[in-house]
Amino acid sequence: MTALTTLLSLGAVLLVLAALYRPFGDHMAHVYSTDRDGKVERGLYRVLGVAPRTEQTWPTYLRSVLAFSFVGMVVVYALQRTQQWLPWSLGLPAPSEHLSFNTAASFVGNTNWQSYSPEVTLGYTVQTAGLAVQNFVSAAVGMAVAVALVRGFAYRRSGTIGNFWVDLVRGFLRILLPVAAVAALALVVGGVVQNVAGFTDVTTLAGGTQSIPGGPVASQEAIKLLGTNGGGFYNANSAHPFENPTQWTNLLQILLMLVIPFCLPRTFGRMVGDHRQGYAIAGTMAALFTVSFVALVALESAAMGTAPQLAGAATEGKETRFGIVWTALFATTGTGTSTGAVNSMHDSYTALGGMLPMLNMMLGEVAPGGVGSGLYGMLVLAVVAVFVAGLLVGRTPEYLGKKIGPREIKLASLYILVTPTLVLAGTALSFAVPALRDSVEGTSIWNPGVHGMSEVLYAFTSAANNNGSAFAGITANTPWLNTALGVAILLGRFVPVVLVLALAGSLAQQDKVPTSAGTLPTHRPQFVGLLAGVVVILTALTYFPVLALGPLAEGLI
Amino acid sequence: MSTTTRGVGRTLAVATRATLVLTLAVVGYTAVVTGAARLVAPAQADGSLVTGADGTVVGSALIGQGFTDADGAALPQYFQSRPSAAGDGWDAGASSGSNLGPENPDLVAAIEERRAQVAVLEGVDPTDVPADAVTASSSGLDPHISPAYAALQVARVADARGLGEASVADLVERHTGARGLGFVGEPTVNVLRLNLALDDLEG
Repeated sequence: MTALTTLLSLGAVLLVLAALYRPFGDHMAHVYSTDRDGKVERGLYRVLGVAPRTEQTWPTYLRSVLAFSFVGMVVVYALQRTQQWLPWSLGLPAPSEHLSFNTAASFVGNTNWQSYSPEVTLGYTVQTAGLAVQNFVSAAVGMAVAVALVRGFAYRRSGTIGNFWVDLVRGFLRILLPVAAVAALALVVGGVVQNVAGFTDVTTLAGGTQSIPGGPVASQEAIKLLGTNGGGFYNANSAHPFENPTQWTNLLQILLMLVIPFCLPRTFGRMVGDHRQGYAIAGTMAALFTVSFVALVALESAAMGTAPQLAGAATEGKETRFGIVWTALFATTGTGTSTGAVNSMHDSYTALGGMLPMLNMMLGEVAPGGVGSGLYGMLVLAVVAVFVAGLLVGRTPEYLGKKIGPREIKLASLYILVTPTLVLAGTALSFAVPALRDSVEGTSIWNPGVHGMSEVLYAFTSAANNNGSAFAGITANTPWLNTALGVAILLGRFVPVVLVLALAGSLAQQDKVPTSAGTLPTHRPQFVGLLAGVVVILTALTYFPVLALGPLAEGLI
Repeated sequence: MSTTTRGVGRTLAVATRATLVLTLAVVGYTAVVTGAARLVAPAQADGSLVTGADGTVVGSALIGQGFTDADGAALPQYFQSRPSAAGDGWDAGASSGSNLGPENPDLVAAIEERRAQVAVLEGVDPTDVPADAVTASSSGLDPHISPAYAALQVARVADARGLGEASVADLVERHTGARGLGFVGEPTVNVLRLNLALDDLEG
């Protein structure tokens, strides 16, 4: 029964994505390539003071990305610190400095790690004018950077890689806003709340009292998923019945998370003029996703471990309406994309089952990854893969007609070193420095034994890879974790962006080398296997030792 | 001022204007969605509130509640929900799972205790108690139980209300939601709606 349900659910999701792949991917390619501006867009460019037909060099593009993100951080930080004076704040005070910093970094960095419990921390103004705005624009930034890299492959002898402000405005107006609006209304029909009513106090059937929350949830929920953000309006995130009330909203949420990351390879294929290249990238993503999902269903169904065995099933931290299969599909989607939304508590998974969401993030968020970041992450890995293939056969590596020379491979190598360094250094520091260890072990860790180590490892993995999900028993609202995770988020987001844009600039300058008999074809199953192999081997080599200290120790001993 | 500094200053000015404009757009989007939600599905937008026999709101169809007395003892005339880790239990302002890990001794002890309690309440063998009856949900506000856990409670509820088991079982069946298309999600029983229907049956 479970096997059939697993197959059908995965099949249904992949079928919908396959149907959307061409039209939606082509639409996005058109959005980022056309010379025509809409009326509203022309007005916006005038207000912004930018010339839409002027393309930028990579340093200028980068400067625009960084300036825009910096301003976003300042605004989100300031809104939180002045919350007590803002309207619709539900009487809530301003969060602390370190929490406000963490939250600002987290939402600007498309991570949505939440060290706080939203319903008792943030009012409607901060949620809407601060967080929901970043849910839109941090997603648009990710897509812009990905498209800039694609232009690097598509352009010849070009000093420029597009105009950031145009990419930002178009991604927002033509892709994110319309889809989010339709999705938000569909979610409301399904039962997601959308009001500004605050709490409604009721006397329950048994005579107790209950404060039923409200809020503009559906509008935020839609972009939380579509933009692979993941920050819940409520603490329980997509497990909360007001965020994700039914089996159908659950399916819709999974599709919203996957649609842009899985269709961007089509956009890429179109822009480089070879759809087969897009299929290869999407195929690699889908293969990794499928393996991870099936493994998670198998492990959670097996219900290994003392508590699951005693209960008879791994239902602790899972909602009745979703069950094992649709919980696992959501978890694989939430961590395979960089969304970090959860419809279950990963902390209560079986030991080995809980390792899979971690592994999805450790892959570098490329199966299929975040909006934009998934594509540029996978393209960087493709550069590494052709380099590895080049070493094996002794030829100069090329990808899409661009030579992968010393500069390109240096940038790609630095890229794949960034997040592992942040994850391992952050986790190590948390236990190695006595003062930090006291804070982490005394306050932050929730579960005893090696599971506590897994909570810290999960937190840094999530932050550095811009995912945002958690082994949520951890208390991250401490000066050390708020600061360290905030810094990990910023470095994990923006150092790769610098490297990707530098790579884009360097590729755009090259002319195309004609394909010859010696060119490695990068659209065949052989390359899909090579690319998936590179992703898995890099991850395994980097993280196996630390996983042995956490989930593997808990699950196998 | 060097060219670079001027460039950075100009870029920051553009970034500030862009942030302002996009913030207004998102606030507008939120307002439009809120308005449209009022037209399309006002009941859901307000939280799917349900009323009791006397017409007062007793909760939301989507938010689970406890059916216990003030001391936490199960009320035998009502179907019982799953254990809740939201606040002190069913606190809708503090949604949360227990986040206890698979080897956590506290979780192991809690499951043992719940299993014994449910077995005594329902008068069944402890091995017959289904998993959802002894484990807390992810939100702490799960409005549902499995059909297996509902079936386990039929005899006790019928007995407490002086109803026939068949009529209670029939009511349970009518409040059981199926899997979508046969494979999307799991079958569920909405506990609050079921208990309201029971009260209606008597009233």
